[in-house]
Amino acid sequence: MYDFCTDFRFLDGTLMALTRAQVESIAHLARLELEPAEIPAFQDKLSRIVDFIGELERADTSGVAPMAHPLSGLSQRLRPDAVTEGDGRELYQRNAPQVASGLYLVPKVIE
Amino acid sequence: MIHRHTLTRLAADLRARKLSSVELVRTCLGRIEASQPALNAFISITAEQALDAAQAADRALARGDGGPLAGVPIGHKDLFCTAGVRTTCGSRMLENFVSPYDATVVERLKAAGAVVLGKLNMDEFAMGSSNETSYYGPVHNPWNTDMVPGGSSGGSAAAVCARLISAATATDTGGSIRQPAALCGVTGIKPTYGRVSRYGMIAFASSLDQGGVIAASAEDAALMLREMAGFDRRDSTSVDAPVPDYVAGLEAPLEGLKIGVLKEFFDEGLDPDNERCIREALSVLARLGAGLREVSLPNISLSVPAYYVVAPAECSSNLARYDGVRFGHRCESPRDLQDLYKRSRSEGFGAEVKRRIMTGTYVLSTGYYDAYYLKAQRVRQLIAADFQRAFGEVDLLVGPATPTAAFPLGSKVADPITMYLNDIYTISANLAGVPAMSIPCGFAQGLPVGLQLIGPHFAEQRLLHAAHRYQLETDWHLRIPERFA
Repeated sequence: MYDFCTDFRFLDGTLMALTRAQVESIAHLARLELEPAEIPAFQDKLSRIVDFIGELERADTSGVAPMAHPLSGLSQRLRPDAVTEGDGRELYQRNAPQVASGLYLVPKVIE
Repeated sequence: MIHRHTLTRLAADLRARKLSSVELVRTCLGRIEASQPALNAFISITAEQALDAAQAADRALARGDGGPLAGVPIGHKDLFCTAGVRTTCGSRMLENFVSPYDATVVERLKAAGAVVLGKLNMDEFAMGSSNETSYYGPVHNPWNTDMVPGGSSGGSAAAVCARLISAATATDTGGSIRQPAALCGVTGIKPTYGRVSRYGMIAFASSLDQGGVIAASAEDAALMLREMAGFDRRDSTSVDAPVPDYVAGLEAPLEGLKIGVLKEFFDEGLDPDNERCIREALSVLARLGAGLREVSLPNISLSVPAYYVVAPAECSSNLARYDGVRFGHRCESPRDLQDLYKRSRSEGFGAEVKRRIMTGTYVLSTGYYDAYYLKAQRVRQLIAADFQRAFGEVDLLVGPATPTAAFPLGSKVADPITMYLNDIYTISANLAGVPAMSIPCGFAQGLPVGLQLIGPHFAEQRLLHAAHRYQLETDWHLRIPERFA
């Protein structure tokens, strides 16, 4: 796998574009397949986004706790571990691209 | 003519049996059909179900029953799941997805008697600020169809603006209610995070997403929100707190209300015509008895970059579920499972959604998690603390909702950052989880301008109250584009 831990900026701070290989690697991790012809456009736009979010570096966040929930005082509720839903398989599988005998079909995984 | 009446007025007239829901719904359906070529506000029109529901509402009203919204015509943003009616989320991925259940919001509005006329167009998976990322084509701004309506709830805003329906549901992750409401000259409210159930609301960024309303006035929005808000055990982030009667108390005077004018929002990016409208609106609020003073939120300039780490990170995780196996688009003749995943996702998602998924994948990847994701969450904390400090001094914050009025279709698609900066004034409220509104406050070169009001957590009533008082003094919210008047 591609090593992301490289600096994408030149020393003068100007943007260094993500390489084609980096974009292909990110696409693979995201389970996306980009057409060869569209990669340069993704390279360009993703590089601009990465450059833009790089602005966060200038914030002094020492001693600041990360905020995962917008209502920080509240903790996640738990529910009793009890069955509350009936069997809806047939209904849910109406949206499935391919099913047989109540099972979702995918291409053969184990040879 | 009846299409020009507010939701509040229609609900009362229906109850008084001055008009029938069937008659009203027929009129609206006719207007929707006629508007589609120009506006494209709807992805699905549910005429048959709407007429059935209207008949049922009329029967209930004849018996003296029916909920507070009995018989009024509304629409749902097409990311609220509706049982038996397809829910596309503006994406090819869900082109044929028929939800097996109703979202809580859909269920509650149904119980209140509202009649759903269709599913509203939106940016794909709510990712966009112009409605141009919709797989079903862009929505056009009713004030000038060469202009964008804003996004992602562009269909909701355009449909209410053109009075095709009385009110619409919408969602706001970084400004998706307030920005289109501003650009179309209608009233939009994004409640406090957790106020409205997210159950059945297709997820984009779960720590930011919040359902709300777009309506013609604050009073109408209050009536809708009262029915939509409240605890839902099916949403683990739903807040278990009583919902006040948002409609009651709207008339109270504004005297003594302390309003902070958000200093950083009056920056060089703010269009001078927009600024003029906002300043005039501030003087109206002052005339009504509110005390105005400048307030600074020093970290707010970091909102947009923080958002474009947090939101894509959550999006990349949420959208991992679209794998072509259980529901959604599946590619033809996959070679193997990897090929099935990759081609189904690549064919099903549009370019902006792919960019956000990839940005999220990148910021969460090994070696970058701390530098981007954790850093953004720390910045988020700073922004939330800024708001908390401000609300120690003032009751509400005000400023522009957007830097400019509506822009031409196609003008900002080339550079994602230019598009992202449309939400520069709206994103901070999502990061802090606080409620915020946009209300019409004038026109810049013939296009509407939105005034933004931001409140502390759970202060929806205060926002609606200030907005309503402002709307009693002004008539911007009553303006309708000539073509749809």
